[in-house]
This record gives sequence, C-alpha cells and structure tokens, in this order.
Amino acid sequence: MSGLLQRLAPAAGTTPRATLLFVLDGRPCTGLQGDTVLTAVLTQATQLRQSEPSGAARAGFCLMGACQDCWMLTEDGQRLRACSTLLAGGMRLLTGALS
Amino acid sequence: MSDPIVIVGAGPAGLRAAEQLVRAGQRPVLIDEATRVGGQIYRQPPAALQRSRQALYGFEAGKAGALHDTFAALLPQIDYRPDSLVWQIEANTLHLASVASTGASAVASGGAALTSASAQRFSALILATGATDRVLPFPGWTLPGVFTLGGAQVALKAQACLIGPRVVFAGSGPLLYLVAWQYLQISANQGAQVLAVLDAAPPGAAWRALPQLLARPEVLARGAYYLARLRAAGVPVQHGVRLQRAQGDGRLESLTWQAGRRTVTTACDALAFGHGLRPETQLADLAGCAFDFDPSDQAWLPRRDGAGRSSVAGVYLAGDGAGILGADAAELTGALAALTALDDLRLQPASASASASASASASASTLTRRLTQQLQRHRRFRAGLDQLSPPPDDWAASVPDELIVCRCEEISAGELRACVRDTGTRDINRLKALTRIGMGRCQGRMCAAAASRLLADAAGSTLAQVGRLRGQAPVKPLPIRLLAEALRGTAALPVPADEADD
Repeated sequence: MSGLLQRLAPAAGTTPRATLLFVLDGRPCTGLQGDTVLTAVLTQATQLRQSEPSGAARAGFCLMGACQDCWMLTEDGQRLRACSTLLAGGMRLLTGALS
Repeated sequence: MSDPIVIVGAGPAGLRAAEQLVRAGQRPVLIDEATRVGGQIYRQPPAALQRSRQALYGFEAGKAGALHDTFAALLPQIDYRPDSLVWQIEANTLHLASVASTGASAVASGGAALTSASAQRFSALILATGATDRVLPFPGWTLPGVFTLGGAQVALKAQACLIGPRVVFAGSGPLLYLVAWQYLQISANQGAQVLAVLDAAPPGAAWRALPQLLARPEVLARGAYYLARLRAAGVPVQHGVRLQRAQGDGRLESLTWQAGRRTVTTACDALAFGHGLRPETQLADLAGCAFDFDPSDQAWLPRRDGAGRSSVAGVYLAGDGAGILGADAAELTGALAALTALDDLRLQPASASASASASASASASTLTRRLTQQLQRHRRFRAGLDQLSPPPDDWAASVPDELIVCRCEEISAGELRACVRDTGTRDINRLKALTRIGMGRCQGRMCAAAASRLLADAAGSTLAQVGRLRGQAPVKPLPIRLLAEALRGTAALPVPADEADD
C-alpha cells in the first residue's frame, strides 16, 4: 500500500540522510533522520489514527501543531503529536488500523 | 533583579522585537513552541534535512536569510527557549510545558511528548503568536489526503515531501496561489502534478481590488507572476468555485466542485485548501486582553493601540497573531511593540552616557514614527486582499446538515442548527456548552470560523453578535501529570487520582 506523502528526490550534492528503524502496527519500517513522525508514517501508510467518535481514519490536517488531529498512540500507551515530534529509532507506533 | 521582558513566538514579529530589546541592552526571554526559529513563513527544516534558502523560500529567500542571521547574532544575548508551549498566563506569570520534539527524548521519557513544567515571570510580555489557515469546511474534509494550504507548504518546506502526486489547491487568499506555484515548480521533475487551482473568489474580484493592491506593487507583481506561471503550465485556474464533497475509501480519491451551473468531479490524491488566515489569539485572551470585532478579519481580535499596546498594562501585541497583515508587516509591528514596551518601562540603553542615551531615545522615536508610517501601506494592501479574496458569504447557508464542522468531536452542521432552533441560543459559548463545538483538542482553532458563521446564519444575527469562543487553559493538550507538576507548591488543589485520566 502506498502512503499519502511523496518524498522529493534529494537535491544533488547533498549527503544522504541516515536511516532510522521503527515499528508501525507491529511491522518493521524505516524512516529518515529529520523526518517527523507524521512524515515517516504517512510516506508508507494512509492514516495516523482513528477519530474517537466515529473510528474514521485521520492523517493530520494543519501540520503545524494547531489542529491536534495527529496525536498517535505508542504501543506502551503514550501519545505523540506526530507533526511536531521527530522520528527516533526504536519507536513503536500504532495507527489504530488493526483494532 | 527585576523580571525580564518575555516574547512568545519566534517568527518575524518575535525576532524583530527581540532585536530591538537587545539593542536597548535588555536580555529578553524568547519562547517558541517550535524547535527552530522562523515561524511558519520562514520555517526551517530539521537540521538533518538541509536545503538551500533558495529552494526553501524562493523569492523570500533574502528576507528569510536576513531573519535567521539576525537570530544567530542575537542568540548569545537572549534567553532562548525553543520547544516550549505557553499553556496558561496568570497575572505576570507564564506557565510553560517543555516539548520533547526530538523523538529520542520522547522515547527516553517513555514516549511522552511533553516532559516538564515550569513558570516564567515577566515585566512586559510581547505576544507574537502568529496565525493558521482559516478553514471553511465542506463534506469529506476530514479524509486522509485533505490538508490545509499551510500544511501543504510545511510538508514541502520542512519535510521535503509533497502531500500527494496529483494535487488540487482550493479556497482563497494569497497562500492559494503561492503554494500552488511552489508545488508546480517542484513537481514537474518529481512525477507529480498540480491538477487545478479552485478559487472561491468570484471572477473579476481582482480588478476591483487592484487600486488598493497597488499599495505594494512588488507583492502584486509576484501574485500575478504565480498566476501566469500556473496558466502557462496548463493548470486550470477556476474562479467562483464551491467545494461540494471529497470522496474516497479511507483516503481522498476524488473531489466534486461546482462553478456556476457546472459540477465537476476531479480524480486526485491530495487537496490543500484554506480561506485566508486566522490570528492565534488564545494567549491574549488568557492574558486578559479586551477584544473587539474586526470586520476585515471577520473575527474578534485583541484590542491594540497604534504602538502595539493591548488593553492590559505590560502586555503588547505584534504580528499576525494580533490581526492579519502578513510577514513583512509582522517585522514592523514586532519592532514597534518592543520600542513601545521599552518606552513604557522607561528603559534606556544600558551602557550609554547621558548624551548618548538622549540620542538613542531620539532615534527610537524616529524609528517608531517610520515603522508606523510604513504600516499604512500594509493596511491599504490588506484592504485590497479583502476585495480580492473575500471569504464566501453564503458559506453557512449553503452547507448541508451532514457536514462535520468540528473534526475533534465530529459535530455536524445539522446538530448546530438544531441546537439553535431548539434552544434559541445566539451565543457561541452557549452553543459550545450545549453541543461541545470548540471544546475538543484543538479548542476551536479549526472550527470557530465555521461554527460562528453557522450560528449567525441560523440565529439570524451577525458574526459580531454571536461573540467569540473564550480561550481556556491549557490552550493545547497536556498530560495530566504535567498539570500536577505545575500545581505542586501552589495553593491550588491537586488533581484527584481518580480524575487523573479525565
């Protein structure tokens, strides 16, 4: 399944970014150093979370910390605002798509 | 030692305010929710993702560079607090939550995004809180793949991503054409496509707006250039458009829109939309500032005098957070608010002798006069923009009952209309209490413009009459343990353990 976001090809002459390993809904995934959690997830998936009232898929909206529609759950029950949190290796994230 | 002058927001207004304060020998505290300075317009990507200023900011590369360089020079002379959210203001104290924006610290702290609480007293407070997209929603706007215009720009600038391969841009305002052009420029050699620009403004609006837009010919010329490039590339640019529905199974697949009598469905992967900007006023509200209805922004704005003073002594307002005038004007109002604060506090340059001090004070008042004069041009231009891209005035009457107005709590237009019909309420805060509109995680940032319009339409009153959503602390979601931490040592009652997760 392709993601929502499409990465630009890196500009010529730039050093390639380091790869970071994380886990999304139990599957091993890779992102790049400098990715927000939102970018890392939405370049390979189509949702970040499900809305509490209806269970509908959500994938953020404003990308600047205002709309609060990108809070993701981690496997240990913590919440991250995906648009303003940088990806770190070892994160274990849930989109709610499996439940 | 007396309390410092504190600036909230490190965009164009906040940074120019800091510059003036440092020039006068102060060491201001500069608080910003982001990890790097620049605000939204001159936002910088994370350090690992370096791109050239030209690639990031286009025509504005010079201004962005100047602002970032100014900050680099100021840094040793200010108390800079990035990753810090101001979530409450009481008397002369700001309550802060430090935000662990780096995933690494979030992992280290067990995944918590917000890690510690603190308080900061101030002698004067300059609020430069900026703006976000003003959103007038349409059915299907919560589907994955639908973003704000600002969001589409953040994806590109800060993350080197497109919001999708085939993108439609819609709504109104200068950002519509700017972002569409930015995507057009980059997308050709990325296998991506700008499918259409759908402008809500009626055809011919540009001609009516022209006289006032000429107040800033260079900006007008740039807008005309974006439009010409889009047209030359064969991108359909349609005026008088109403968005009818975004459709798709779990993600956006097509958009249905109407122009005149024509209804069109466009297959697409992503949509960016917005209707101009809305000032971020919640902190001014918590600071106790008086508000007035502003017909130009069609919103309640914190009252300010020509020099940047709010109605509260010691609290100053600058930039788009106090009323939309754009980034260039924000640099002016930021500097102006700082000079006013210095004047009110009777602060002189620290090292100056009597004569040098007198000349510094004279040059400050010359500067104040010049800034005030320059702002006139921006106000005239802004009036032109209102004519160029008026928010659609029939929006509230035309949206269907099933439209989700509040994306946090999924409250529909029908529920709001029924509430007005059944209870006779004519007040936005009453509507909030009755329906939970504006009570969700975003605190009305995304829905207030729409909900106020629907209420005014249903109650047969005006936007000014329905009032404004009052700001509530915390202005953004916080873990409850952080509130407990903030309350420790204060007289306030701790949160009972059985309510800790509420």
